[in-house]
Amino acid sequence: MRFSGLRVLKEGLSGNKGWTPHWRDPEPKAEYDAVIIGGGGHGLSTAYYLAKNHGMTNIAVLEKGYIGGGNVGRNTTIVRANYFLQGNSEFYSHSLRLWEGLEEDLNYNVMHSQRGLINLFHSDGQRDAFARRGNAMVNQGDDAELLDRDGVRKYLPYLDFDNARFPVYGGLLHPRGGTARHDAVAWGYARGADQRGVHLLQNCEVTGIDIENGKVRGVQTTRGAIRAKKVGIVVAGRSGQVAAMAGMRLPIESHVLQAFVTEGLKPCIDHVVSFGMGHFYISQSDKGGLVFGGDLDFYATYAQRGNLPMKEHVMEAGMTLMPMIGKAKVLRSWGGIMDMTPDGSPIIDKTETDGLFIDCGWCYGGFKAVPGSGFSFAHLMATGTHHEPAVKFRLDRFRTGQNLLDEEGTGSQHNLH
Amino acid sequence: MRITCPLCGERDMREFYYQGDAVALNRPAPDAGPDAWNDYVHDRENPAGITKDMWHHQSGCSAWVVVTRSTLTHEIFKTELASKAKRAKS
Repeated sequence: MRFSGLRVLKEGLSGNKGWTPHWRDPEPKAEYDAVIIGGGGHGLSTAYYLAKNHGMTNIAVLEKGYIGGGNVGRNTTIVRANYFLQGNSEFYSHSLRLWEGLEEDLNYNVMHSQRGLINLFHSDGQRDAFARRGNAMVNQGDDAELLDRDGVRKYLPYLDFDNARFPVYGGLLHPRGGTARHDAVAWGYARGADQRGVHLLQNCEVTGIDIENGKVRGVQTTRGAIRAKKVGIVVAGRSGQVAAMAGMRLPIESHVLQAFVTEGLKPCIDHVVSFGMGHFYISQSDKGGLVFGGDLDFYATYAQRGNLPMKEHVMEAGMTLMPMIGKAKVLRSWGGIMDMTPDGSPIIDKTETDGLFIDCGWCYGGFKAVPGSGFSFAHLMATGTHHEPAVKFRLDRFRTGQNLLDEEGTGSQHNLH
Repeated sequence: MRITCPLCGERDMREFYYQGDAVALNRPAPDAGPDAWNDYVHDRENPAGITKDMWHHQSGCSAWVVVTRSTLTHEIFKTELASKAKRAKS
């Protein structure tokens, strides 16, 4: 079924009886050419690009819950390509270009909205750092514009510009940054993969990985054993547990990142805005809710909910930056489990086991990477060679100390990102 | 989350700095080789369940505390001074 304006009109006039499920619910086969463990955004996009770019259609995605029930449905939906380090910048640049063609490619409305992203700065030193970052973005072929105080005022007149502690000195505008509808991204990729023959197996938890003589043979699941010569692990916060099934220890600690949403309001925040001090960022959803968040709770957890101190800190930061939101009522908060690497950058690599691949370590920045990660991971799984934009996301960089991707410049250690 | 410091009693978690998994209790020997040190610095068990991690009572008595807790429920089962936990191991 193809979506079109005409189709919407026709269905509207005929009682909406012609819509069909977006994907099938197949029984697992005994063997596939490849299986992807994890039916989140990254796993689904990997399956989609394996089928689309590499003709691998006899494959399955194994999801322990339901499609869209993990981090792809728990994030703050921001899409951007404002990275500084080589290795990161070309990857996110590629991912953003995929986003820009995603709706036509998937024939699915993911509500990608390039409303512009503004990172604020509050000191001379921070201005210099953002000028340097902006230049790196422009060199990469993306867009960036350094705004002075009056420039910011034109876009964001509601900020507290003269805050005694953190006065607004200016901001780095990334016009192509924005947001997308997170659930629709999962659904669109799921539908696209399904249409190309991929089996999406829900309620199918992997309980073991079969390895013989250093080669992967398949997986054990709650829906039976499945043989496959290639297995990809794409399970975000649960990477440690699944990798342990293959005898691996990963350079990953799982932490919780909280997010918050207010009641629906009339349009008032037209961009994605981040506070340069005190970890706060915000955008307004198409439904009107203010969606915002801050930093990690900073302790290892799988609880998918956070503690009160970070909630209080995020609210304080929000009120410091834009006092106007103080009257909005917070409807709910939630937490997602982040697979944190020591340097804060991801891993897309082979493992020591032949045929076993891993895509993990997206920390708190996985959503914008959904198209790029799937594209590059599919390339690696299909061809056995690293895809150029993701060539530096190596698993062994922590062991060798070479090509660490410490974007924040805080060090390559577990509790620093 | 409230953490019981063995010296100060039950305190708000904001008084503590989180260092991470209590691997420091099993620090490799200086000549243990690069693989052992890489494993110590980077690789983690990352358990979904009971874990032991190190918290520094930074805004309190400066004690290093080993906290045994659940990463699924945030329940804390035991806290002890790192120095004591280290002695018990040797």
